[in-house]
Amino acid sequence: MSTLEIRGLKVSVETEQGAIEILKGVDLTIKSGETHAIMGPNGSGKSTLAYSIAGHPKYTITSGTVTLDGEDVLAMTVDERAKAGLFLAMQYPVEVPGVSVSNFLRTAATALRGEAPKLREWVGEVKAAMESLSMDPSFAQRNVNEGFSGGEKKRHEIMQLELLKPKFAILDETDSGLDVDALRIVSEGVVRSKASNNHGVLLITHYTRILRYIKPDFVHVFANGRIVEEGGPELADKLEANGYAEYASA
Amino acid sequence: MTTLQSNILENHTPTGREEAWRFTPLKRLGGMHDGSAKPEARNSLAVNGALPAGATFTHQEIVAVTETDDAIVNRIREFTSQGAVLTIAPSAEITEPIFLNRTSFGTDSAEFARVLIKAGNHSKSVVVLENTGDTHLAEDLEIVVEPGAHLTLISLQEWGSKTIYAARHHAIVDRDATFKSIVVTVGGDVVRILPTVDFIAPGASCDLSGVYFATAGQFFEHRMFVDHKVPNAKSRVNYKGALAGDKAHTVWIGDVFIRAAAEGTDTYELNRNLLLSDGARADSVPNLEIETGEIVGAGHASTTGRFDDEQLFYLMSRGINMDDARRLVVRGFFNEIVAEIGIEDIQNRVMARIDDELAKAGK
Repeated sequence: MSTLEIRGLKVSVETEQGAIEILKGVDLTIKSGETHAIMGPNGSGKSTLAYSIAGHPKYTITSGTVTLDGEDVLAMTVDERAKAGLFLAMQYPVEVPGVSVSNFLRTAATALRGEAPKLREWVGEVKAAMESLSMDPSFAQRNVNEGFSGGEKKRHEIMQLELLKPKFAILDETDSGLDVDALRIVSEGVVRSKASNNHGVLLITHYTRILRYIKPDFVHVFANGRIVEEGGPELADKLEANGYAEYASA
Repeated sequence: MTTLQSNILENHTPTGREEAWRFTPLKRLGGMHDGSAKPEARNSLAVNGALPAGATFTHQEIVAVTETDDAIVNRIREFTSQGAVLTIAPSAEITEPIFLNRTSFGTDSAEFARVLIKAGNHSKSVVVLENTGDTHLAEDLEIVVEPGAHLTLISLQEWGSKTIYAARHHAIVDRDATFKSIVVTVGGDVVRILPTVDFIAPGASCDLSGVYFATAGQFFEHRMFVDHKVPNAKSRVNYKGALAGDKAHTVWIGDVFIRAAAEGTDTYELNRNLLLSDGARADSVPNLEIETGEIVGAGHASTTGRFDDEQLFYLMSRGINMDDARRLVVRGFFNEIVAEIGIEDIQNRVMARIDDELAKAGK
């Protein structure tokens, strides 16, 4: 059983007009096997929360703590956070020209497992992960995210989730830009990954449709840089019906 | 005379004010440009391994097939009329690469060398020039690609750190012939190469690519000139470089001249530079001069940038440490061109050297 604990997190970004505070004190605790949905309007700071936990250099933590089983996540480098068990599925996965998916995955698996996976087993593992996400085998030879469609990028993210087996998966708007079929395939990947690894899920989304496939245990409404309301799955239904209007002034 | 060609030298000696010499550190050329070097004809180029059927290699009298205003080439020609000649017989299709390598003799004097590579009509071949060790070398390399021939020339500059190398690699490409050149420059103190192409009949094409990696104090210059003087020829130029360390300096000049007669020309040239540290300098100057509008296409692009933080973040967020992430990005950056070499041993060797240069730069 692992615990990811966020306490009083305040985060700002540097702009030409000076530092702007985006997160204004976030408290959240996620345990293994739990699925937490963070929902909120655009610009509320949801993605900033995801990137701050993963350690993106653009964000400055001004106060608060993030710990994983008591270890100080904020003191870790980006790769150390991944090694500690954090995984961020990005909304806009980055193209890495000239680096094949196959090479990238193996390098990542080697880093996270501490040794290179045995070639034969690894090939089978990758093949199975790709098949279960309905990805063509030629995918492995393409350059990371280069020329991928929106759906292919998200499948590639979830394939990594399945292969890299983190303790906590942060999914940043994984549903955005997906058609119904792709949304189902990607969601099934998340559910499967969770079923086999019992990792915690922090699901960041603007819309409720992905929650039909990935059932949240807890729903947190995010507005203006903080969590403004919390509840069970029924809170998502309320948001579906009423939208975010009531939180606009929060 | 166009601006791309105006390079008139007084007394054959560049001063640094000429367009063709304005970036080159003349004081570091070992006197090869001004007559103060002690020239020697060492005939150091030799066949490495067996020469396949259809190819011959001799040291003999050479008659220049082109004229040039390059000061160093003209000094070589004044000094010697002897040189190495590699001939590919007409219609020969040679699948195994032909390896030529140079033995280095140190830096007390300068080797003035002439080389002629002649790809006979409708022949097909791959020639690899391997340059290692410490030397001072001025080289006049002429390449004749006869009608219908396909020649791939891979030129590897894996020189030691004291080498001064100044060369013109000039190709004459005839009707329906293709010339593919891959230049790798990863070693040497001063390296200056002029990969130039003259199309002499329609249907000719060239593909000039290169990779270079300069670290502290190294100067690497690659100065293309593609002369489209006939209709329906095609040229592609793609050079990629990385720089790291104080006073690492690279120069890429891409001159393409589309003359009035060159209707149907299709040309594109690209240079990308990755600056890996402060104190390094990449000069990148594409020049396109067009005398006819009746062309298929003409374009160029030049970029110089640093590591993309987003790429590094993405890789590191998967557990890959900073050094490995940088190595992946740099390998990926060069891979597009290195993969074109098509000889696995050499590709691996070049990539390993690039890893070494990067590791050196990281310290």
